[in-house]
Amino acid sequence: MSNYRIQGATGEWEVVIGLEVHAQITTQAKLFSGSATAFGAEPNSQVSLVDAAMPGMLPVPNAECIRQAVRTGLAIKAQINKYSRFDRKNYFYADLPQGYQISQLYHPIVGEGELLISLDDKNPDADTKVIGIERIHVEQDAGKLMHDQHPTMSYVDLNRSGVALMEIVSRPDMRSPAEAGAYLAKLRSILRYVGSCDGNMDQGSMRADVNVSVRRPGDEFGTRTETKNVNSVRFVMAVVESEAKRQVALIEDGGQVVQETRLYDPDRNETRSMRSKEDAHDYRYFPDPDLLPLVLEDGFIEECRASLPELPDAKRARYVGELGLSAYNAGVLTAEVETARWFEALLAATAKAQGKGEADVAKQASNWLLSEFFGALNKLSKDLHSSPIGPEAAAELLALVGNGTISGTIAKQVLEKMFETGDGAGVIVEREGLKQTNDTGAIEAAIADILAKNADKVEQYKGGKEALFGFFVGQTMKAMQGKANPQIINELLKKALA
Amino acid sequence: MSEMTDKTLCEIRDGVAKGEFTAVEVATSFNAAVAEAGALNAFIVATPEAALDAAQKVDAARAAGQPLGKLAGVPIGMKDLFATRDVQTSAASKILAGFKPQYESTVSQKLWDAGAGLLGKLNLDQFAMGSSNESSAFGPVVSPWRRAGEDKALTPGGSSGGSSAAVAARLCPAATGTDTGGSIRQPAAFTGTTGIKPTYGRCSRWGIVAFASSLDQAGPMARNVADCAVMLEAMAGFDEKDATSLDLPVPEWAANLNADLRGKKVGIPKEYRLDGLNADVAKAWEQGIAWLKDAGAEVVDISLPHTQYALATYYIIAPAEASSNLARYDGVRYGLRELPDGANLQEMYAATRAAGFGDEVKRRILIGTYVLSAGYYDAYYTKAQKVRALIARDFEEAFKQVDVILTPTAPTSAYALGEKSNPIDMYLGDVFSVPPSLAGLPAMSVPAGLDAGGLPLGLQIVGRPFDEQGVLNAGLAIEQRAQFAAKPEKWW
Repeated sequence: MSNYRIQGATGEWEVVIGLEVHAQITTQAKLFSGSATAFGAEPNSQVSLVDAAMPGMLPVPNAECIRQAVRTGLAIKAQINKYSRFDRKNYFYADLPQGYQISQLYHPIVGEGELLISLDDKNPDADTKVIGIERIHVEQDAGKLMHDQHPTMSYVDLNRSGVALMEIVSRPDMRSPAEAGAYLAKLRSILRYVGSCDGNMDQGSMRADVNVSVRRPGDEFGTRTETKNVNSVRFVMAVVESEAKRQVALIEDGGQVVQETRLYDPDRNETRSMRSKEDAHDYRYFPDPDLLPLVLEDGFIEECRASLPELPDAKRARYVGELGLSAYNAGVLTAEVETARWFEALLAATAKAQGKGEADVAKQASNWLLSEFFGALNKLSKDLHSSPIGPEAAAELLALVGNGTISGTIAKQVLEKMFETGDGAGVIVEREGLKQTNDTGAIEAAIADILAKNADKVEQYKGGKEALFGFFVGQTMKAMQGKANPQIINELLKKALA
Repeated sequence: MSEMTDKTLCEIRDGVAKGEFTAVEVATSFNAAVAEAGALNAFIVATPEAALDAAQKVDAARAAGQPLGKLAGVPIGMKDLFATRDVQTSAASKILAGFKPQYESTVSQKLWDAGAGLLGKLNLDQFAMGSSNESSAFGPVVSPWRRAGEDKALTPGGSSGGSSAAVAARLCPAATGTDTGGSIRQPAAFTGTTGIKPTYGRCSRWGIVAFASSLDQAGPMARNVADCAVMLEAMAGFDEKDATSLDLPVPEWAANLNADLRGKKVGIPKEYRLDGLNADVAKAWEQGIAWLKDAGAEVVDISLPHTQYALATYYIIAPAEASSNLARYDGVRYGLRELPDGANLQEMYAATRAAGFGDEVKRRILIGTYVLSAGYYDAYYTKAQKVRALIARDFEEAFKQVDVILTPTAPTSAYALGEKSNPIDMYLGDVFSVPPSLAGLPAMSVPAGLDAGGLPLGLQIVGRPFDEQGVLNAGLAIEQRAQFAAKPEKWW
């Protein structure tokens, strides 16, 4: 779908991208030990004898991690391998107590799957593309070296040692920074819907190794580089762009791309070499003899399937098809699982409060949520998660608008007061006397007064300057302190000016 | 008190239970025997206080009328491969010298729970790699046995050589061993003691320093079959901390011992009749066949066609796993750390491992690293795994015809320390014990008699998976007929 090309001195170049995403599985305990996994704990406070690789310690698989990997696989429509196995990846490093990482090379738990991306989720006409996913395997994370604790020594924090990761390996199907960004964002969204990863990229719960190569459009794949541990959607896009440009410049200067591992420096927006293929380890993978092959029963897989929530694509289609929302609104509401949950709670409460069907109030609720409520949260630098107002309270406010008790304009004031005081909408409207008035006598009196004071404008209006109608409405509303029913103002004004 | 140390495990347990003597008297006697036996070098660490402490608890429990455990009052030796809380656990390697675990292995904990006491940690081949005990960083164990008319120091076998020597020399009534390719059975055969390696997964490996995870199994070594049965009951059982542990109840092997083999079939594998097999060993084997017939069994010739590939297979798989299992001894978190001036991390690793590991351990790490390397993996490791499956299938086929298999335990009796300088010669000594290990089968060695030089010979009985009972019963039938009463004359 993308015609992204890099214009080199010698012509156009196409970029080919594959991502290996490491996603920390959301569980209380590590992959092979009972240790806790909370972020930000004191160094070495979440380390068991197994994590520290004491002599004679043995790994025992955590069933919840396996379950989450299977659920994730099902969410990307992947083949679930009923037989999988853990392998040891052997190398020495101070953050790797066992001297090997337990991973799955030969028989991963999840096989071929796919992900549908759209370059613009909010645009119903934007192109979509299916990105192939080669596999998902489960593996242990390593610990962390700390170089700033002592002038001459490095310290080791093993809190992360043994934490469960899913490695989600895409096919080299992406062709632009935007596609790579859309893929990562969509994958993150699905993981968060499934609940298998919290997707907190700034805490390291999700990070991507970005494989980039360039070629003449239609040629064979070029030599790729792998940029490690990129931890935001924006950075992934930046890596693709800067690395592709670097490769093009290199080739056009007569050089060759070397297969190597690179690191991204966000401050300088460039990648630099970490180690070349020649220095690559021989990891001596072999099946971990401490662990039996993982054999999954059909019943277990079906339980995993049944436990999946409605996923974003299906949800968006339903919002458009059943709730009658615009594609734009449906896209925004479903992109993040929290937004969708909040919206659905609001929808249910609103329908109940107004005694209507959900489809009847969906537009009101979605428009209000996306424009009024998000705008108000934004002003306060808050998001849904930190919002002091919940869906029930919001539904009460919407009901007051829906039944004509207050106008949309007054609703904005009420919302502000709700944020300020924490009181309910009904209480505020009552206390502040904000009820909309349908008192035609009072409105007629106000209109008569305004028309008398603006006789010149009445003349102009009658002479054909119909735009002045809005002026009269505004003046009347002002005179009524915003509390007049705008429909009644319209009707009475038209009558008076006829 | 010499009579006390001559008692078997069951005699001690029963005597304590009946009040014929106290557990403290027992522990005191064996503590004294251990203290006198420095020349054997069987113990790396003696723990007389621990033995007394456990004995006092048993005596107190008995006095209070509380029920006593299966091994109440029995002091034992613990191969120094089992982690013992606050007691040095070295695997007979310098790299773990001084390491005192904060945890207790599952098997040793079960033994303490059954009322046993710890006499000390027994010497072994370093990381259980070896067949003669000469690879120990603490020096070799010297067998209490001597060839008739000679005083040359002999090997007690390996790797559980401290265990076999200690049981044979009456330093303990029983000891734990571990067996990867014969490390319980061969030392038992060399010292006239009895030892069983149960089915892979019977005993938890949690807390046992790993050598080759897919092969390592703990088992008891004692003076007779019944003692082994009782002790194995205490050691075995499912452990959720070991993913390869068998989730099966522990049978009452001791109560069900039965030497009547009528209706049973015993297989004699033709591939084990090696050219030039030691005449005394061959004779003992024939004698064993006759004993089992006498016990009522029918003897059947069988074939285990892939036997000739077993040693090569074992010496690929075991070192491959070991090369990875021993990567954790890196000087970072525990044990030895060699940090030359100005050394970086890689140099620290190299210096630590060069200083900490013995030659045999290094040899196996190198072999294992090689066979797992890119470009060699399929030719060695993958092929070895395939052959391993074929060897297991040989046994499966054989056990369709027979109930147990009888072979010699080792191709020779004990040899002198220093006699086998070529590692390959040493590896060849595992020829009979390795195939059942590769198949994960229960196998035991029972004494059959003495060779012309007055040294013990053992016979190996191999059974179906989970059929320790069949193995023990056949062992008992041999034991009853062999009437093996020889014991080493005390010279230490």
